[in-house]
Amino acid sequence: MNAPSPLAATTDVNWVAMSVLVALFVLVTVLGFMATRFRRAESLDNLDEWGLGGRRFGTWVTWFLLGGDLYTAYTFVAVPAAMFSLGAVAGFFAVPYTIVLYPIIFIFMARLWSVSHRHGYVTPADFVRGRYDDRNLSLAVAVTGFVATMPYIALQLVGIQAVLEVAGFGGNDNVIVKDLPLFIAFAVLAAYTYSSGLRAPAVIAFVKDFLIYLVVIVAIIYLPSQVGGWDAVFGAAEEKMNSTNEATGAPTGSFIPGGGEYWAYATLALGSALALFMYPHSVTASLSSESRNTIRRNAAILPAYSFVLGLLALLGWVAIAAGTQPVGADGEPNAQLVIPQLFEDQFSSWFAGVAFAAVAIGALVPAAIMSIAAANTFTRNIYKEWIKKDATPAEEAKVSKLMSLVVKAFALVFVLTLDKQNAINFQLLGGIWILQTFPAIVISLFTRWFHRWGLLAGWAVGMVYGTVEAYRVVNPVTGKHFGGSLGEIPGLGEMGYIAMTAFSINIIVAVAITLLLNALEVSNGTDHTTPGDYFADRDDPRVKADLAEGDDLTRGEPTRGD
Amino acid sequence: MISGNDNSGPARPDAGVPRTDKTKATLAAVLLGIPILALAWVPSYAKDEPELWGFPFFFWYQFLWVLVTSAATWAAYRLMLAARR
Repeated sequence: MNAPSPLAATTDVNWVAMSVLVALFVLVTVLGFMATRFRRAESLDNLDEWGLGGRRFGTWVTWFLLGGDLYTAYTFVAVPAAMFSLGAVAGFFAVPYTIVLYPIIFIFMARLWSVSHRHGYVTPADFVRGRYDDRNLSLAVAVTGFVATMPYIALQLVGIQAVLEVAGFGGNDNVIVKDLPLFIAFAVLAAYTYSSGLRAPAVIAFVKDFLIYLVVIVAIIYLPSQVGGWDAVFGAAEEKMNSTNEATGAPTGSFIPGGGEYWAYATLALGSALALFMYPHSVTASLSSESRNTIRRNAAILPAYSFVLGLLALLGWVAIAAGTQPVGADGEPNAQLVIPQLFEDQFSSWFAGVAFAAVAIGALVPAAIMSIAAANTFTRNIYKEWIKKDATPAEEAKVSKLMSLVVKAFALVFVLTLDKQNAINFQLLGGIWILQTFPAIVISLFTRWFHRWGLLAGWAVGMVYGTVEAYRVVNPVTGKHFGGSLGEIPGLGEMGYIAMTAFSINIIVAVAITLLLNALEVSNGTDHTTPGDYFADRDDPRVKADLAEGDDLTRGEPTRGD
Repeated sequence: MISGNDNSGPARPDAGVPRTDKTKATLAAVLLGIPILALAWVPSYAKDEPELWGFPFFFWYQFLWVLVTSAATWAAYRLMLAARR
């Protein structure tokens, strides 16, 4: 605990915590640069090596990598913050979301792995291109993935900022001093991502996950006993959520979803689960695994992270019982700071430092993978497809590496120059947008019944509907647009996740246009895949033979060293 | 190229599609579907009682589903391996 000092406590730099944070940060930086030696390749000058780590990650590396990739620092900051300020519907839906996620990816991800493995696809848009030979639909998928990923990267910075602010940086009026730590963190991240590619986050993910598990387990055992046990935690939360919000006249939030909130809770969980593996960074991490079954085994063991996320969500309510006051360096209340503030208030300085490091390092892994995935998407589906068709594998890797720098620089500028509420709004929109690529990607893995233009039309309508509806959600307190992700479901009169409503409309439009175009016998493009492609595995002798003669692959050499 | 000069050759449309035991595959699909339906049915668990170790039903029930789903997904994985053996 910090003794209150004459100086305002919130602006004091917590030097012990800061030193621990910096020491752990230096450790992962060294690991990041040494990562090139991890399962060393002869050359990183092609996308398979730089961008997919050579496609050789086994079950446990994939577990760490995907865990590090999906459960981001922003999640660790935002989910408890939502619990703290709005309650279970806004926060705890993350638990059913990350439960139903795994049966869903079990069903389609092995097929995507196989077909990508056979044809050298690096991004979901590559697959769509091969499935229909349609560069417009592929472009729609690529641009959506790229645009949805950008604010997500920016939000990782918001996660680091939250930690730095509570640790005492950020209170300085000098803009350069205030933002310097963030700048250094991202410059270092950019440098080792550039040199080590996907291997860097894979190695750092080990440290990140170890720290996160350590901090959450200690926190969940120790903290409730400090505030009077779980009864007191749930009691305090129930009281706060049922109290009246003075600005709106309605209850502050929901303790347990009530009658009008069932649809909201279910659609938030299901919509988010369907959307998550449409993001390029999720696909990149999945495709880097060594066999089609690696991802299925992972679907059974990744829920360990969901358990931790659920515990972490409840820490938002532990903070209510503890009376945590998340106040920003500018003196304004800021719920996003609640978890770092809880740690600083309740833990000894050095362990608070470990906890801060867990969040900050937790931001680096997804930020690295997201920037690699966004860069791959740009290179494969925009640069090579539309700008320079005869790009060699070496040129592709070079463009991707440069693009990963550009993407991170953009995220940094975004966070430093604009109100971070913009990043949060865009990420909310990104979630709505990315779900609209689901039919083109996942349904196409199973059937070509849908017409490519039907899928394109459904996507377009879903994008427009989702954007307009999200704009129409007004925050009752601030009066600003993009105030949340819930809107009325037409014809049902219940509130639901806008992304799911847009998704349903998307499917309806796609079916209608497909029926029309099929009746008119309009060509549905050329399928460059065969049914067997969707089952190909690394151990299958037929696949090895195919790989040996595989001049259809993008890698520069005919065989892959294994 | 991503596509256009695939070397997979003509004809043999179903080459490489493994023989699948339909019963086992269906069972796997059911195992995967149950958690999705159970958690989408929010009214079945949006309640306080019975509590467990101070946790309202709503919370411990969902934590329980983390474990159940993990087990179901693993069983589905073993079933799919067996179905295509």
